[in-house]
Amino acid sequence: MVRRDGLPDRARRGGGAVSGGTYLGMPAFPVAAESATRNERLRANLTHATHTIRDKRARAVAELPDWQRLRAAGAAIKDRTLRHLDTYLERLEAAVTAAGGQVHWAADAEAANRIVTELVLATGEREVVKVKSMATQEIELNAALERAGVRAFETDLAELIVQLGDDLPSHILVPAIHRNRREIRDIFAERMGAWGRPAPEGLSDEPADLAEAARLHLRQKFLDAKVGISGANFMVAETGTMVVVESEGNGRMCLTLPETLISVVGIEKVVPTWRDLEVFLQLLPRSSTAERMNPYTSMWTGTTDGDGPSTFHLVLVDNGRTDTLADEVGRQALRCIRCSACLNVCPVYERAGGHAYGSAYPGPIGAILTPQLRGVDSALDASLPYASSLCGACYEVCPVAIDIPEVLVRLRERVVEGGEVTVRGRRVRIRPARGHAAERAAMRAAAWAFDHPGAMVAGQRLAGRMRRFQPRRLPGPGRAWSATRDVPPLPAESFRAWWRRTRGDDGEGD
Amino acid sequence: MNAREVVLGRVRRALADVPAEETPERVAVERTYLDSHQPADAVALLAENLADYRAVVHRASGAALPGLVAELLAGRGAASVVVPAGLPAGWLAAVPPRVRRVADEEAVTARELDAVDSVVTGCAVAIAETGTLVLDGGPDQGRRRITLVPDHHVCVVRVPEQVVDSVPQGLRRLDPGRPLTWISGPSATSDIELNRVEGVHGPRRLDVVLLGSQS
Ligand code: SF4
Repeated sequence: MVRRDGLPDRARRGGGAVSGGTYLGMPAFPVAAESATRNERLRANLTHATHTIRDKRARAVAELPDWQRLRAAGAAIKDRTLRHLDTYLERLEAAVTAAGGQVHWAADAEAANRIVTELVLATGEREVVKVKSMATQEIELNAALERAGVRAFETDLAELIVQLGDDLPSHILVPAIHRNRREIRDIFAERMGAWGRPAPEGLSDEPADLAEAARLHLRQKFLDAKVGISGANFMVAETGTMVVVESEGNGRMCLTLPETLISVVGIEKVVPTWRDLEVFLQLLPRSSTAERMNPYTSMWTGTTDGDGPSTFHLVLVDNGRTDTLADEVGRQALRCIRCSACLNVCPVYERAGGHAYGSAYPGPIGAILTPQLRGVDSALDASLPYASSLCGACYEVCPVAIDIPEVLVRLRERVVEGGEVTVRGRRVRIRPARGHAAERAAMRAAAWAFDHPGAMVAGQRLAGRMRRFQPRRLPGPGRAWSATRDVPPLPAESFRAWWRRTRGDDGEGD
Repeated sequence: MNAREVVLGRVRRALADVPAEETPERVAVERTYLDSHQPADAVALLAENLADYRAVVHRASGAALPGLVAELLAGRGAASVVVPAGLPAGWLAAVPPRVRRVADEEAVTARELDAVDSVVTGCAVAIAETGTLVLDGGPDQGRRRITLVPDHHVCVVRVPEQVVDSVPQGLRRLDPGRPLTWISGPSATSDIELNRVEGVHGPRRLDVVLLGSQS
């Protein structure tokens, strides 16, 4: 269970050194967000970065006149996959196996970590190189490996910054987005030596010099590596092909130089056919790095004689995904291709920072994915669906058209009213949050989102959105909420007006 | 129950709302997006997009190619070059013998490759709209690592026959069974304040030669 009185700093101390449960003890969203808001430098870094990428993305997308049609096709392909996920997983398994790979199944994080740890130990190696992977962050693989005496080296530049800085990622695409060049220089100069080749003397804070320092630092590790660990952006059921999209070449290093490759991938990353990649390879680069195409994409199918790893393991991870799948509204969160466009346009993310979301998945996608993967019975998870002003900017940029506000409303309903959910494959009834810590956390999150002028949206637009998806029976916080003493001044006007507008009456209540 | 059955069982229970008679194909996917954005001149667009991502683009006829390759290697002061087994012999004909040829063989270690300056390859297909070269490990391209570890990659694209307009067209030309590497410009990162910086782990210099068109 999450301690709701946890202090924001605790998470920052965590990082790679912590032995499991990195995100345990994270404070609920509003507490962490408030602390981030007060951190001027963090906010400046975030604002600069998100605005830069936002504008670039808009230009990259505008180049394709058929963008909306690609987006619709992307959503449809993902829906087809999700509605028949069992079929596609079995196809994938057969195709990977036929191509010389070995497929493992993990119902939860613990099982996935155990499988990977055993595979690594069986090679006799005690060091592995890793490509950035959201799934391995989610399951906290590095900590699990460390407990088994295996050292995992992150090789993505941003992940390296995070790992050396004993920090946590704060963005999907640019995990060290909260660090500016000066801070990165200091981290490299102080910490590289402890992990391997030290930073060059007199390292400057020029991005090119910092990239060069990373190149030198990691080169030896790549050349010596016997085991590589990756995730995957896509897995093609029809052919058994794995796809990793990246920029720096560290992915290629990890995927081709080691003798053993272990890919840890969420079950929702499967796509039906080879042809389907034509949609996602157009949607993803433009949405994420705002490029026509990212510098490197690797595709491999099982193993190839004489080229690349001779042993390939695929670990398929559930860890709450099937629970998410069980909710007909919430299921769409599994379409996510982790492009991070929704983070970059989110006024709440921009002010709260990525760490406030308390999981590997920050921003709007984190607000709908984390509570579903983990359940909403902790204060943090209950507060996440409220970490939004429902402005809908995330939905507009999402390349697979996930209606994030719709899912947020659904999850709020769940927090306030309780009800049936699936947890680890079993139907359970969760109690309404009212009167519990979860409710207070949720309300503070809502109040926080509404209390920050920049995070506010025009009432007009909000009303428009809400009418569109006509929630069946939104919970009635009118009375319940105002009765709670913890509400900080003024979630208020707009908040109450919002409820009145969207509920049509003030029935329900208690 | 083993983990496989547990996960698949959970998936099936989660999908209880999906009608039994619904087959995957019955979930509509409308492919109304464009198969090509119809560039007026695909080769010119390829050149433009490659250059936009800081690859250095050259054009050469068959007769001029050996001289150009020799020049590109000399320009980098290359003392050694990796040669895929099926690289047309003529491509390196003008490279002086003092530049050491390293064969692409399984026995060559990554450390040995790290000491090699350049690599010259062909490609499987090039995609104009995205400025992408795709390597599929064919005889004139070799193992994946040889275009990764050396710091300088010279890639020869036969134009117009190897150039397609778009990603959909590119995928149709490729064999998913082969190891594929899609390359769009030299190695880069945007991790520091979201500025694109060229040159992290892959080759920092990418020369692309469009072979066949007039210079
Ligand atoms: S929810 Fe959509 S916009 Fe956000 S990361 Fe996922 S795919 Fe991208």
